[in-house]
Order: sequence, then C-alpha cells, then structure tokens
Amino acid sequence: MGVENFVDWLRDAARTLHDNAAYLTELDSAIGDADHGANMDRGFAAIVALLDESTFDSVDELMKKAGMTLVSKVGGASGPLYGTFFLRFGTALAGAELTPATIGEAFKAGVGGILARGKPELGDKTMYDAWAPALEAYDAAVSGGSGLKEALEAAAEAAAKGRDATVPLVARKGRASYLGERSAGHQDPGATSTTLLLESAARTLA
Amino acid sequence: MGGMKKLINEPGDVVSEALRGMAAAHPDRLRVDLENRIVYRKDAPRPGKVGLISGGGSGHEPMHGGFVGFGMLDAACAGEVFTSPVPDQMMAATKEVDAGAGVLHIVKNYTGDVMNFEMAAELAEDTEVLSVVTNDDVAVQDSLYTAGRRGVGVTVLLEKIVGAAAEEGRSLQEVAELATKVNDNGRSMGMALTSCTVPAAGKPTFDLAENEMEVGIGIHGEPGRQRLPLAPAKDIAAMLVDPVLGDLPYQQGDSVIAFVNGMGGTPLIELYLMFNEVAQLLDRAGITVARSLVGNYITSLEMAGCSVTLLKVDDELVRLWDAPVNTPGLRWGA
Repeated sequence: MGVENFVDWLRDAARTLHDNAAYLTELDSAIGDADHGANMDRGFAAIVALLDESTFDSVDELMKKAGMTLVSKVGGASGPLYGTFFLRFGTALAGAELTPATIGEAFKAGVGGILARGKPELGDKTMYDAWAPALEAYDAAVSGGSGLKEALEAAAEAAAKGRDATVPLVARKGRASYLGERSAGHQDPGATSTTLLLESAARTLA
Repeated sequence: MGGMKKLINEPGDVVSEALRGMAAAHPDRLRVDLENRIVYRKDAPRPGKVGLISGGGSGHEPMHGGFVGFGMLDAACAGEVFTSPVPDQMMAATKEVDAGAGVLHIVKNYTGDVMNFEMAAELAEDTEVLSVVTNDDVAVQDSLYTAGRRGVGVTVLLEKIVGAAAEEGRSLQEVAELATKVNDNGRSMGMALTSCTVPAAGKPTFDLAENEMEVGIGIHGEPGRQRLPLAPAKDIAAMLVDPVLGDLPYQQGDSVIAFVNGMGGTPLIELYLMFNEVAQLLDRAGITVARSLVGNYITSLEMAGCSVTLLKVDDELVRLWDAPVNTPGLRWGA
C-alpha cells in the first residue's frame, strides 16, 4: 500500500468519469445545467496530465496537488467541493502511516471539507447524500475489523444506496433547488459522480 | 432532433476563441489575458479607484466581458459555458486591478459562483476584498433551506451604477453599500420560448414543444418552475411583471429603471413589443419609468425568451445610471 495505489485510483477514476461523462451530463440536464460530466472529465484529465509529467513521493502531496487541480480546472460547485475533499484528505495523511484507520480519518476530514464548503444537510439531494452514508459504512466496517478493501466496498455500496435515495428527493441546494418540486424523480448527478469515485477507490486502493 | 448548428470550430474552443475575438474587436478598450481567461479594462488598474470584478459562466454575453471598460467593470473572469470561473482567475484579476483602494467582487447567486469567489477572496490575502451577491430572481422561492434566489438582470444594472460610483472615487465600503442598495431594490423574472444548447453537450438542455413555454427560468438554460401553453405577449408580460411588482413590493408613485432583456435568440422587435406591454402594466400600477433598457444584455446562448427587471430608483441612482459609460456592451456619454 503506497502512493502508487492512490495514483492508480486517480487514473481509474479519470477513466471511469470519462466513460460516464455523457451519463453525468444527461442527469445534470434534467435538473441542473448539463455540464457535470464535461466538468469532471476535464478536471480528472488534468490530474492525469499531472500524473504523466510528475512523480509524487507521498500521498498527501499527491492528493493536495490533485485537489488544487480540481479547484482550478472543474469550476462550478463541483470544483471547490471535490477539490476541498482531496485537499483535506491529503492534509490529513501528511506523515501518517497508511492504514484503514488513518485513511478513514482522511476520509472524514475530506467529507468535513465538503460540509464546510457547501453546508449541505442529509436529504438536500446533493453529493453529500452519497458521501455521508459512505463514510459511516467505512467507519463501521473498520470498527468491525474489516480490511481496507472490504471497508471501501462497504463505502461504495452505501454511496450507491445514498445516490439511489436521491431520486425522489426535492433538491434544497445547488441549481436543482431552483426547480422546487420538479427536481423530484431525478437522480442527483453529484451523488452519482461521488459513487463512481468511491467504486473506483474500492477497485484500486487495496 | 437535429444536430447542433452553431458558428463554432471545436466545442471545447468556444470560450477561448470568443475571448480572442473580443481582444481583436476592442483593442482600444480591452486587453484580454487569454491564459487566465480574464477581460481587463485596458487602462486598469486606475490609481485610487476601487477595482470592480465580476465573472461567471460564459454564454451570457455581453455580460460580463462586454461590460468591462470606463464607468463599469475593471475585469471580468470567464468560465466555461454556464460554469463558474475558478478561484485562480478571480485571484489573478483581483491582484491586477487592485490600485490600493480595494476590490469589489460582484457575484451572481449560484452555488458554484459563490463558492469559487469565496475561495478566491480567502486566498487573495494582500488585497482588501468585499463581495456583493446579486439575487433578484423572484421565480425562486427564497428560503433558508435552498440555494436562494438567482442573480439575473439586476446584475447588469448594478454593474453600471456601481461602476459610475467607483469612477467618482468612492471608497470600497461606499461602493459595496451602494451595490447592496441596488440589489435590494431590484427584482426580475424570466421566461423561455426555446431551450438552448451548450456546445459541449451538443443537444438542448431541455425540450420545449412548439406550443409550450417555460416560465421562471434562470440564465443557464435550467428549466423553470412552470411549463405552460404558449400565450400572447400581453399575458406573458403580466406573468412576469405581476410577481416582480408584488415581491418588493413596488408601489404607486415609485420610479423604476425598467429593463426588458432578451435571452439571446429573440429579436429586438419582440423585445420592444414586450416593453410596450410592460410599460402599460407599470402605468396602470402608477409606477413611473424613469429610465429604460431594452436588448440582449444577459443571455442564455441562443435561447428565445425574455426577462423583466425593475429597479426602484431615487435621484442618486438615476444620476449614476446616466453617468458616462464606455464598454463594448453599454455605451453612452463617453
């Protein structure tokens, strides 16, 4: 377990987001402004370019750079939100040994960053509806003695459930909230990209 | 549904090539930082003057780049189409236009814009930055539990009026207070006859049948709150004016700047026809049109439709509105 796993994660996430760009944009055109897929694809393509031209000695350095890249390249609300996640995730891992517990602490710090930046509540129909249950499931798995892979799989599964649960919700944050009741019946694009990221983590990080 | 029919080369190059075009068309008034996608007033920074910066997604032209120049903005940061610019851009612009008097960020209330400008203001440590967030769209129910009302038409009027005040040498605090006053006294409501196509998406953001319209739209092609059968202009005017009038509320005896804005794909003849309807409704309500603005100023690509903005004005606001301005998008007296 080392920096190379996190490089694999970012590369795999970039591929996954690229393959799902049209899907994310389609979800976003129903209740947003039809740019989520293109924006995420652009941001992660910039991370891949960064990985191609630089090497990283530590996970915290890698994740902080990835976070700044997302802030600089994605725009919209997703840029600051995902960027803040990776920045805080990286900062929390500075000098730490990579264990399921320390990665859990970093996960928590990252989600805390999303909470501070976007001030979402559970059920607002945002990416937080995937992040919050994912973090909870991860912590529960680690407390129960699971290894990293099982914990990440539990997190990805919980994120997917959270994502699916956004469908009937009326959005209270972001552009979808302008639609009021009409936002119900659509899956949240941010919760969808969050789930893709966590599924990618479960594939690559352990 | 047909393919995308636009005057473009590659969808990914639309914003940068349009900025090159602005630089080529207005070398006397603007300089454009193509790398950071910032349109600057040619003579910025102006010593002693508060710097005014705005920005947002592209696709709303002439806002914001077209409002850079004497009497209006010092810089405008262009994001991708319908996507907020990023903090790097606002930080670079803030540093560049700061002449020691501080910088005001004019931000439209969209989650992404607000977050990115917030990050930039936090990171721009050496400059005194204040922000005003416009949120004049009455179509959105305002509530503690939502992202709140969108910033739409009032942003144009605010950039003009606040630009004139900054030109007079007012302090950052005074300029920010004036900006808040303008936002507090303005309300808007918009509607769409057609959807629009983001170049990177390649297909319309939403579908509207021939006999339908969308009332309560924002400026990003996001669908509105209500889909209704198409109606005559006089009925549409009432659907836009009534909620605006009732919201502030505007009262008999008030003076306003009345702004009928095109969404990009509606010809001026229809906008003037709409203005006629709006003026009659205001007259009936006992409201005086002190000044007016009619045209495509805050748009949604090629969307057809319009918005109505009313700004309640006093003598000070009218005087600042009348002050000279020289930008690609708005010019009089200079």
